[in-house]
Amino acid sequence: MTLSRRQFLVLVPAAAAAWQYVLAGTPQDAPNYQLTDHWWGMLLDITKCIGCGNCVRACQAENDVPDEYFRTWVERYLRTDWDLTTPEVISPDGGKEGFPTAEEVKNGMYFFVPKMCNHCADSPCTQVCPVGATFITPDGVVLIDQTYCLGCAYCVQACPYGCRYIHPTKHVADKCTLCYHRITKGLTTACCENCPTGARQLVDLKNPNDPIHAFLKTHDVHVLKPEMATGAKAFYNGLDGSVR
Amino acid sequence: MKTFRDSEHLLRFALLFAIVFVLFLVVRHFVVPRSFGEYGHYRGAAIAEIAARPIHFAGQSACETCHTDIAATKKAGMHAGVHCEACHGPLASHAANPASVQPPKLDTAVLCVRCHAASAAKPKNFPQVAAAQHSGGLACETCHHPHSPAIQGGGAK
Amino acid sequence: MGGVEGYMYPNEINLYWSVLIVVYPYVTGLVAGAFILASLVRIFNVREVAPTYRLALLTALAFLIVAPLPLLLHLGHPERCFEMYFTPHDTSAMAMFGYVYIWYLMAVLLFEIWLDFRQDIILTARSSTGLKRLLYRLLSLGSNNISEHALAVDERAGWIVTLIGIPSAFLLHGYVGFIFGSIKANPWWSSPLMPVVFIFSAMVSGIALVLMVYMFTTRVRGRQIDMPCVDTIAKYLFYIFIIDFVLEMLDLVHRIYVADESFRSISFMVHTKLYFSQIVLQIYVGTLVPLLLLGIIQITRFSPSVRKAIYVVSAALVEVAVLSMRWNVVIGGQLFSKSFLGYTTYKIGLITHEGVFMAAFLTLLPLGILWVLVKILPPWPERKPGFNHARDASTL
Repeated sequence: MTLSRRQFLVLVPAAAAAWQYVLAGTPQDAPNYQLTDHWWGMLLDITKCIGCGNCVRACQAENDVPDEYFRTWVERYLRTDWDLTTPEVISPDGGKEGFPTAEEVKNGMYFFVPKMCNHCADSPCTQVCPVGATFITPDGVVLIDQTYCLGCAYCVQACPYGCRYIHPTKHVADKCTLCYHRITKGLTTACCENCPTGARQLVDLKNPNDPIHAFLKTHDVHVLKPEMATGAKAFYNGLDGSVR
Repeated sequence: MKTFRDSEHLLRFALLFAIVFVLFLVVRHFVVPRSFGEYGHYRGAAIAEIAARPIHFAGQSACETCHTDIAATKKAGMHAGVHCEACHGPLASHAANPASVQPPKLDTAVLCVRCHAASAAKPKNFPQVAAAQHSGGLACETCHHPHSPAIQGGGAK
Repeated sequence: MGGVEGYMYPNEINLYWSVLIVVYPYVTGLVAGAFILASLVRIFNVREVAPTYRLALLTALAFLIVAPLPLLLHLGHPERCFEMYFTPHDTSAMAMFGYVYIWYLMAVLLFEIWLDFRQDIILTARSSTGLKRLLYRLLSLGSNNISEHALAVDERAGWIVTLIGIPSAFLLHGYVGFIFGSIKANPWWSSPLMPVVFIFSAMVSGIALVLMVYMFTTRVRGRQIDMPCVDTIAKYLFYIFIIDFVLEMLDLVHRIYVADESFRSISFMVHTKLYFSQIVLQIYVGTLVPLLLLGIIQITRFSPSVRKAIYVVSAALVEVAVLSMRWNVVIGGQLFSKSFLGYTTYKIGLITHEGVFMAAFLTLLPLGILWVLVKILPPWPERKPGFNHARDASTL
């Protein structure tokens, strides 16, 4: 049976074992994943983002995101030299199909900012959930238990970043899961997997060998809206002060 | 005794309250999910359920396991950092079942310009062209090999 | 994208809290306000307003029964609502609503009404037969004791319940304000003044409502309106409304003067999308006009018929002001982007389950419930039998 042999070879060992369990329908038995061994985040490098929209499309394909709602989206900023705090921002259809061509501006600059759930360590959204339907896991991912969510939308109101929405047909809160079903099987997220320039990198702060540690030593990395004190774990390299 | 007789009706109301409360505790005991509170104020089993969702992108390493030749070409070229599914799309089903699920053919006319169309908004060091003038209508792969796009020496792929 | 100016985060374009969430704090506020009016009689010994005491309690109950409905209807999964009781999240203001609500309904309002109407219930049970007798026997919880001493016990217990009821009423509505005031992500809501403003506007709206209900029912029953009573209610309405208005203006002036990063957004909004509901309806028509009318009454002496007309007009305008204040808070808070770079539009439905008709139905439903309650437990002062605190007042 060459087929089954190939099927087996297709996968690297850790993911293979996990995926076999996925195919067998018992992923909870997937080996090699300890909740307490990880603390997940994401590095988003603005200096590398080209606004192709690959991440948005990949996210939709991977997570069945409904049209006109976004677990991740890309914004294009135009910041003029005359007003450093009031940029002109667009995000046509979340940047899913890319952006219109931009002409060179004299006194100002363009850049792209990918947005997503910040998986905050002190997240305002989990704080306000009345029933415990959204929570941060021991490995640092903010998730929604959609079988338990009331759909009250209080968490949507509480998120300073606009990352949540009420799913139009499921009528429950929905947002980025940091591809929890992937990262627990040794894969990276769909957006990172599909980013052609490496502008998005999955980060495991508890892994001492994660390149993020070296990166943070040599780069100016910020989070969005630090004044909100959310403990955001979406780390931005090259973040302009006008980004909100 | 007189005091009790004349305030006993208050106890009736209190009893009503107590019955409702006990009823509530009993119902609560049965309806709260077993794993609630396992890790925190939420249903612990939800973590495993979310982790069990099916994947659609197989991941770079899955592709490389079989397609070693292309992986090698790609690794040597400018597109080394671009994962296979970034262009070819989600192919977990193909990885699970290579014979029966075939990846769709790609249209380079759409694909290449998604990243490489010139725009003042893109980082200056990123290779970008105004496609119409650049190729004069020729398909991209006439000159550039998608898996290793830089034109070396001779020019053609 | 339709109705969007500037830049909204893509998930912000649709509003997630509809007009039903406008109705919810409005109805809850009427409960708290009506109860505070009742407590004026019992705790603060304002004897003049005694004729409205029982009516105010029943009004509060009628609105309290409806209060959770708009919340429930707006949920994506109303069938899961009991999770709020079974696994309340202790850091969530909304989770506490369930408990505060049950506490207020059972321990305060129902108990106080039961105590106050116990004598009527038992007397009705004694003098009737069949199903009616059974109903009133049930309502009396099987007790048949209306001895002088038992009623004195009720009186004492009722006083204590009212005393507990006042902070409870404040809690019930203060927490509604806190639901909004504690959202740090939204500068239009995030303010420590929010619970206080909600409480005072609640008092104003509840008092105005009971005033109208009292005048209407008295007229329908062909009785004489107790002028000292309505004069006193109007006086309290006037003073509390001043406090409410001052607090709201303090909030507004503070926002304008501090002019933080959200100011440009908020100022734009108040001058455009909220101009009619905030400036025209809430401030000019709903607040300044009734304040002026009620203020004139305090310093001049008009004939009773003119005063009655002014009271009805003022009370109705007060309701307009408070309802539009709820609108401005709830809807206004979602019209601008949390990026402070753009604005969206609220597309309100008509006959959808979160539309105008549903909102109007839920606002008027309590009046229907009140009608039923009044049939079961007539609150009219002249029918109040025997020993009671309101006895002297009702014979004024």
